[in-house]
Amino acid sequence: MNISQILFWILTVLALGSALGVVLSKNPVYSVLCLIVTFFAISGHYILLNAQFLAIVNIIVYAGAIMVLFLFVIMLMNLNAEVEPQKSKILKFAGFIAGLCLFLVIVAALKNAEAKTQAAQLASGDIGLIKNLGTALFNDYVLPFEISSVLFLSAMVGAVVIGKKE
Amino acid sequence: MVLLSFDWFLIIEKAILISIVIVASLVIAMYETWGERKVAAFIQDRIGPDRAGFGGILQPLADGMKLFMKEEIIPNSSNKFLFVMGPGLAMLTAMMTSAVIPWGGHLEIMGRTVPLQIADINIGILYVFGVVSLGVYGVMIGGWASNNKFSLMAALRGASQMISYELAMGLSLIALLMLTGTLSLRTIVEQQSTGHWNIWYQPLGFIIFFVCALAECNRTPFDLPEAESELNFGYHQEYSSMKLGFYLFAEYVNMFISCVIMATLFFGGYDIPFVNDAHLYEIWGNWAALAQVVMLMAKVIFGIFVFMWIRWTVPRFRYDQLMNLGWKGLIPLALANMVITAVVALLKYNNWHF
Amino acid sequence: MQSLTNRVKPVDRKPMTFLEKIYLWEIAKGMMITIKHFFRRKPTIKYPEEKREFSSVFRGLHILNRDEQGRERCTACGLCAVACPAEAITMEAAERKKGEEHLYREEKYAARYEINMLRCIFCGLCEEACPKDAIYLSQTFTPSNLTRAQFIYKKDDLLIPDPNKDPELYAKALGDRKKPQ
Repeated sequence: MNISQILFWILTVLALGSALGVVLSKNPVYSVLCLIVTFFAISGHYILLNAQFLAIVNIIVYAGAIMVLFLFVIMLMNLNAEVEPQKSKILKFAGFIAGLCLFLVIVAALKNAEAKTQAAQLASGDIGLIKNLGTALFNDYVLPFEISSVLFLSAMVGAVVIGKKE
Repeated sequence: MVLLSFDWFLIIEKAILISIVIVASLVIAMYETWGERKVAAFIQDRIGPDRAGFGGILQPLADGMKLFMKEEIIPNSSNKFLFVMGPGLAMLTAMMTSAVIPWGGHLEIMGRTVPLQIADINIGILYVFGVVSLGVYGVMIGGWASNNKFSLMAALRGASQMISYELAMGLSLIALLMLTGTLSLRTIVEQQSTGHWNIWYQPLGFIIFFVCALAECNRTPFDLPEAESELNFGYHQEYSSMKLGFYLFAEYVNMFISCVIMATLFFGGYDIPFVNDAHLYEIWGNWAALAQVVMLMAKVIFGIFVFMWIRWTVPRFRYDQLMNLGWKGLIPLALANMVITAVVALLKYNNWHF
Repeated sequence: MQSLTNRVKPVDRKPMTFLEKIYLWEIAKGMMITIKHFFRRKPTIKYPEEKREFSSVFRGLHILNRDEQGRERCTACGLCAVACPAEAITMEAAERKKGEEHLYREEKYAARYEINMLRCIFCGLCEEACPKDAIYLSQTFTPSNLTRAQFIYKKDDLLIPDPNKDPELYAKALGDRKKPQ
């Protein structure tokens, strides 16, 4: 067991535990905070894979921006456990069945995953470093990259238009 | 035990460095409170605290003691866990940034080269930026957990202010990064070591960054989150004792760190102006590294003084003025700065013919 | 509306010029002003160590004076109490016994002499009224106490130290204030 393995297990437990916390906690603010912890744990995994850029962008975009907006909304809505709508029995049952189906699909998908033994390279691959990532994005994938930026622009314009409407 | 086959020297070295950096930033933050009161007093034709020790030099200790001794009040209707977590988060995010800052060159100890930097990661600035974007949580969680309308309003104000100014800050940094071509703070400092400080190439970027740094630290003229006269006391209204102290303290740590970042990015970091640092290393050895640290601190202290100077000069912005300045003023300006820088950089890259 | 004074200044509501809109120039001007104040000499007087110069007619706390031989001058005539507009002074007279000549100058003296410092307005009428030059307003000030009762100064609090035994304290209590003629 070397230090990256230790870190891997710590991060994994943290990620899974806080992900469970997102689903299980009654208080929505706690859910958001657990989600933030999950993002951190996943960023830790990225760093272990030497994908530093991905790790920090994950934190900036998700933990630093999107989750703040979530928190904004939840804090202003003042959700309490009492006002949570009671779901009917049938809905719960349907959810249970759907969850089982998803589980089956995942098992089926992972059954053959063993064959691909190309495990992630710990701290050796350097595709996640910002220079290589930039080269890849702006050479091989320049068109998809630009198209996605146009998508974002249109989303922004749309938001402005909706906001302008009296 | 295979488990223990780490590079122990490295771990000890980093542990010592981390503790020095943390203690130093806390002490400096402590003396910032003293400095703030002194600067305020001098600007207002007073002399400020001068009773505790010579020139009031022990005043921060007295203040800290007072805060520790005060009664701690946790409101009944508050969310206790988050209420306690708020100041902790504020302090944590304030301190975390110091990990990537190069405090000086390197020391030679027992044949090992010890760089005066906790972690030289290749995404240095982005890390700073990420941690800064997390600074919102301390404010928001504290304000919400107090279960007080005024705190919540102040927290929302503070959070929206921080988010708004982060954008302009990021854009002004992008222009800078186009010139440096790297994100590692140490490399950026080394590029500036011949007197080519980035501020000469990015004056507009520097002004934008500086204004945004003021806003991120909740300093006047952007101290709306703690607008005493409008929102009672701001997001930390329900806080007392050292929890309040942590919030106030985090602000000063933030101020210190943002001054360090500013000095590193725009003023050559630990580089000693008009002196060839590499030459200095040959003559002085380890003392040269120390001189560099002192130089960085001198730059930082001047920056902190300017922060305070502004605070005691400029009145607070109104909220709509703040948002207008952020979204309609700084962001377009930063974008223009970015485009111009990109054009110039591209032309230069192609030897001035397109 | 007609203005009451000629100092009325209408509020300037012109739209901001470009220079004002970018704030920076105005802020720089403001900062120049504050930095000037930063280096200005501070008018602060560090009180317990330094003291402000008193006016020669400053009226502070009262003292009951003694003569050159250290005898109390007060004869308990009550003129000060009558003169007092705030009715802060009360006293009780007593007759001097044999063998007390070194204590009291006159045959009658004040056995009890009280001034309520919370009522006193420090007008100085008592010292003007005193025929024996006994009551004086000194340059001592800023008394502080925890209870109101302690602000009623007894004779012990008011009496000046003996000039023969304690010339230094005597001079200090007297101050260099000129008594109005």
